[in-house]
Amino acid sequence: MKYVDEFRDGDKARRLAELIRTEVNPEREYRLMEFCGGHTHAIFRFGIHDLMPENLKYVHGPGCPVCVLPAGRIEAAIELAEAEDIILCTYADLMRVPAGRGDSLNRARARGSDIRMIYSSTDALAIARANPERQVVFFAIGFETTTPPTAAAIQIAEKEGLSNFSVYCNHVLTPPAMRHLLSSGEAHIHGILGPSHVSTIIGSQAYAGCCNDYQVPLVIAGFEPLDVIQSTLMLVRQINEGRFEVENQYSRAVSQTGNRKAQALMQAIFEPRAMFEWRGLGGLPDSAVQIKAAFHAFDAEKRFGMQAIDVADIRGCICPAVLRGVSDPVDCKLFGSICTPEQPKGACMVSSEGACAAQYSYGRYRLGGKSEI
Amino acid sequence: MSRLDIERGVVEMAHGSGGRASAQLIESLFIRHLDNAWLRQGDDASLFDVGAGRMVMSTDAHVVSPLFFPGGDIGSLSVHGTINDVAMSGARPLYLSAGFVLEEGFPLAGLDRIVASMARASREADVPVIAGDTKVVERGKGDGVFITTTGIGVVPEGVHISGDRAEAGDMILISGHIGDHGTAILSSREGLEFATAIRSDSAALHELVAEMVNVAPEIHCLRDPTRGGLATTLNELVRQSGVGMQIEEGAIPVRAEVRGACELLGLDPLYIANEGKLICICPAGVAEKVLSVMQAHPLGRDAAIIGKVVEDERQLVTMKTVFGGLRVVDWLAGEQLPRIC
Repeated sequence: MKYVDEFRDGDKARRLAELIRTEVNPEREYRLMEFCGGHTHAIFRFGIHDLMPENLKYVHGPGCPVCVLPAGRIEAAIELAEAEDIILCTYADLMRVPAGRGDSLNRARARGSDIRMIYSSTDALAIARANPERQVVFFAIGFETTTPPTAAAIQIAEKEGLSNFSVYCNHVLTPPAMRHLLSSGEAHIHGILGPSHVSTIIGSQAYAGCCNDYQVPLVIAGFEPLDVIQSTLMLVRQINEGRFEVENQYSRAVSQTGNRKAQALMQAIFEPRAMFEWRGLGGLPDSAVQIKAAFHAFDAEKRFGMQAIDVADIRGCICPAVLRGVSDPVDCKLFGSICTPEQPKGACMVSSEGACAAQYSYGRYRLGGKSEI
Repeated sequence: MSRLDIERGVVEMAHGSGGRASAQLIESLFIRHLDNAWLRQGDDASLFDVGAGRMVMSTDAHVVSPLFFPGGDIGSLSVHGTINDVAMSGARPLYLSAGFVLEEGFPLAGLDRIVASMARASREADVPVIAGDTKVVERGKGDGVFITTTGIGVVPEGVHISGDRAEAGDMILISGHIGDHGTAILSSREGLEFATAIRSDSAALHELVAEMVNVAPEIHCLRDPTRGGLATTLNELVRQSGVGMQIEEGAIPVRAEVRGACELLGLDPLYIANEGKLICICPAGVAEKVLSVMQAHPLGRDAAIIGKVVEDERQLVTMKTVFGGLRVVDWLAGEQLPRIC
């Protein structure tokens, strides 16, 4: 099938993997961070690990929008849903993410709150139009990929004068998080598989400064398995040659400058937040957006006076270290015993794109000794 | 008794009251479509003869949204689903019963269409619905129509099929392309509508099973991979039998359209529901023979051997990917959900 089969050709993959094995220097280590959960998922789902030489290791990054959302923001949404007569709409992935005290949006819904799963921001608008007597809040999350649709929803709501629609904005930005990871140096990364969907919006040059400042190569990689393998080869070559450039493997969708129209839309509605808390990374300056003052009428945080809630980390959970690329899911004492996809304790086990869920669901065969898992 | 206005009427609370309106609904709608000697008797229970052998019984509640989808509807699904559950023990299904929970306000025209489809499926399968019940719930307390069907059947002598009989060395067969039903449902679900030529594979598999059992009574397991798809069903069988399984990604039949839709939504076809497919686990010695019989039947034309049963204390289903890598094919955790970005 066009656009799928051509990126899933087993022979091509094996030939590329052979090239990687030939070109890697056996004397050195290659730690490549897959920034996006989509890459983590592809690596595990297609067994790409098995094709790579032993000294090349994929390190998981913070690129799963569900995983990096702090529990306190979900807790605040639950409080709002329980205190007010509102319809809270959000993407399905978020429903099971643990908030404080083992709570989640799913559980709040079971207790009686009107929380609805939607597939796009326009679904939330449709619900608002259909329920003029009730307030509809769109719990918006995600990186630059999902930010323009949220901006568009606010723009449409304003145009239509939808007074019962607002957005709980939790959109975060990729480059500041990447910069933070590289500046700390704790993950010892030699190269980055750069985000693909995000880059269709912000363009490849968004990472140039980052690569240059920290002398780490980055290849923007598509999510298909052949994309990942080819990008890995491109990174190996940059590392071997001592280069640290932004290369674009995903050129069929990503340009240097990205989608100008989407960027303009984001800038019209949003502005940088001075500080935003990331699960695992802590507070990062200018790493998220908030709704501009001109659109405060559509800002749920303003409309309902929402406050961030402090939620203590789950004892023993090492999700923060996993999201920073410092630890592996299997290093966690909770992994596979009390934290499983059925009963997730940490965010990385909830989303199918989280590193723990990918490791547990697809990579368990590697853990020969751990028969209880 | 006044006529039921099927064209413009809706389900009313009175239709479930057990009084005149109920009788009218049963007579003008249910009996009209499903008519047979047992239903005509009008008793609270139907009397029937059975031949020699062991009997099996299965029951299944059908709650599907939307009620009508490409290739079927809740009516035909409720017949096929239960016939298949009975057939998966190697049995010949004999009779069905059906319980309807209707929501006040549901259009009678829609109900008429559903029951007509149910009757057609039952006639084509030659498995009559011989008992039934109808209840009406208040508006807002149902989802239009829920149907529970129960089926009974007889297992031929010498056949012993159960999920706990898979043995290391057995081969795993699938009767055709996976994921058609779930994809058809998704394509017509509110909020996700997308154009596709994919139709549900909803079908009664008992005749296919009869032919398979006829040539290979030593088949160990049969199961229709409905909700949770192929992956979940294999995990169920692995747990029941205390074995492991290894499947080959390249051997599993998946239509290009299903793969495309799944890619778009971030779903895995291995977990997408089927309503007209079966998994067969049989000794390696008869696998080719069973495969030939399946491929000769219209409902098994695209059947394939997709893997084997192995010894594995950890009871894992693993899959060799088309790239030569290995991965676990795990239980589905919760619902499979479309991705965010």
